[in-house]
Amino acid sequence: MTGKSQDIRHYSGFLPISLICLVLLYGPLIIVMIYSFNDSPSITVWGGFSLRWYDEVFHGLEAPKFKKAAFNSFTIAIMAASTSTVIAVCTALAMLRCGNFRGKAVTFGLVSLPLMVPEIVTAVATLIFFSTIGFKAGYATILVAHIAFCIPFAYLPIAARLQGIESFYEEAAVDLYASRLQAFFQILMPLMLPGIISGFLLAFVISLDDFIITNFVKGAGVETLPTAIFGAVKQGIKPNIMAISTLLLMLSVIFVTLSYLAGKMGSRDKG
Amino acid sequence: MTGTSTGVFSGLRNWLLLPSWLVIGVLVLSPVFIMLVYSFLTKEFRGGVIWDFTLAAYDQFFLDRGLFGDEPPKMEWTYINIFWRSIWQALLATLLCLLIGFPTAYFIATRPPSARTVWLFMVTVPYWVNLLIRTVSMKFLIRDNGPVNEWLLATGMISEPIHLINTPIAVQLGLFYSYLPFMVLPVYAAMERYSFSLSEAAADLYASKWFTLWHIVIPSVRPGIIAGCILVFIPSMGAFLAPDLLGGARNFMIGSLIEEQFKGTAGNWPFGAAASMILLSAVLLVLLYYTHYQSKTGIAKN
Repeated sequence: MTGKSQDIRHYSGFLPISLICLVLLYGPLIIVMIYSFNDSPSITVWGGFSLRWYDEVFHGLEAPKFKKAAFNSFTIAIMAASTSTVIAVCTALAMLRCGNFRGKAVTFGLVSLPLMVPEIVTAVATLIFFSTIGFKAGYATILVAHIAFCIPFAYLPIAARLQGIESFYEEAAVDLYASRLQAFFQILMPLMLPGIISGFLLAFVISLDDFIITNFVKGAGVETLPTAIFGAVKQGIKPNIMAISTLLLMLSVIFVTLSYLAGKMGSRDKG
Repeated sequence: MTGTSTGVFSGLRNWLLLPSWLVIGVLVLSPVFIMLVYSFLTKEFRGGVIWDFTLAAYDQFFLDRGLFGDEPPKMEWTYINIFWRSIWQALLATLLCLLIGFPTAYFIATRPPSARTVWLFMVTVPYWVNLLIRTVSMKFLIRDNGPVNEWLLATGMISEPIHLINTPIAVQLGLFYSYLPFMVLPVYAAMERYSFSLSEAAADLYASKWFTLWHIVIPSVRPGIIAGCILVFIPSMGAFLAPDLLGGARNFMIGSLIEEQFKGTAGNWPFGAAASMILLSAVLLVLLYYTHYQSKTGIAKN
């Protein structure tokens, strides 16, 4: 039975194209990873396996610069992701637990606005805005811009999760004389947790990886990892850049995998 | 089910909405309006503006009035050409993504559920990997003495390295590579809802497989295809990293043109704001078409 239907669905050529798709997506990343372990100082010649470029990232001449950039990147990402996750939880509660109201569609449009507008336009607008109100470019401007930009990425998994939770949980809690705060923190939030974790991790990755907006609003002197990498690449791709790229790449992969597992943990106890 | 407005948190609705309205309203929406105002202001040297209203920025984009501004206006092609290049590069990237992305999405949708999850995860991961690092990897790969050329030389398939960096082809490759996952995911989401019994019915009625694909499958998943095309087209059109790192000075796209206006001392903020407004208008047109299309066809779906 399956044999026949499989045959109808099957198009020869689609498997090779899918494999090409994966090779295209992963090939360049894997090659950079391999070359980051290259012992030779020339980036073209393979000189055997070595960790010297990783050593240089942490202890070399440029190490202080990259450490400062990494510190900025991580502190900004943690604060931006936490703030945007809290805002996203509030918005999801309003959108999905407060019935129909005027402005619901507008709110959804507003929340997804940072996804629709090309990033460079958001970057220009934000830079002009900060300059108009006289907000000095630096660490704080990057943080504030990231909070706004991360909201939709945190919102989507949280809203998806909340949509799958029936409202009788919190209704039962309130019937049993829980306050609204108790109903949220003791009943609803634990149920939403997989979505919240997933949203937080995605917002974290988005903030950590952002280049275009950061590059516009950072001002002189403050760097994050992506802007430091971009500055270094402008002078040519060096092996230590490949090592630091590999580290950042592995970090994104780990966070996305965790976010994915968190989301999955949620769907399992439903079915 | 009926009392939708009597939920536990209904009384707090406005307080719950406040943070996102405030943050996005103040940090995304109002800046776009300020940018619109800026595009009508006079430029100041060393970046910044003078608050004198003028159409100079738009004039500079479309018209050429000579070096001293006293000649009769002619069409200024430099910026229109950059804009036009952005459009066709983005269209081509969309087409290539569709050519690779559609078969991939179809293939994934026909896998057994467990394999489907793995494939989907594999396609999603690059979507979240730093775009800068992905573009740098592509640059590393296709350099004149990069691994691809080395390998082709070593196998004797070519006798001289293929020069790709700083060509339009390299930019295209970068865009296509950057946004490919954006195509696969929405097309897959639509394929997942497609009922393969339709394909079987078509086969029973002696339709050939490719006829079925073209006349049954593709029309059924068209909303997903259009969503994918928009998700590739919009960021490709405003792309900065691919044209900057892979294209060099001769393959400017509108993103690089905008960036240049805000960096260094040669900047012209009103002109950059005007170019951003022109890009934003083009994007809004595409999105308007999309919502129009959705309201025409999407209602039956839900």
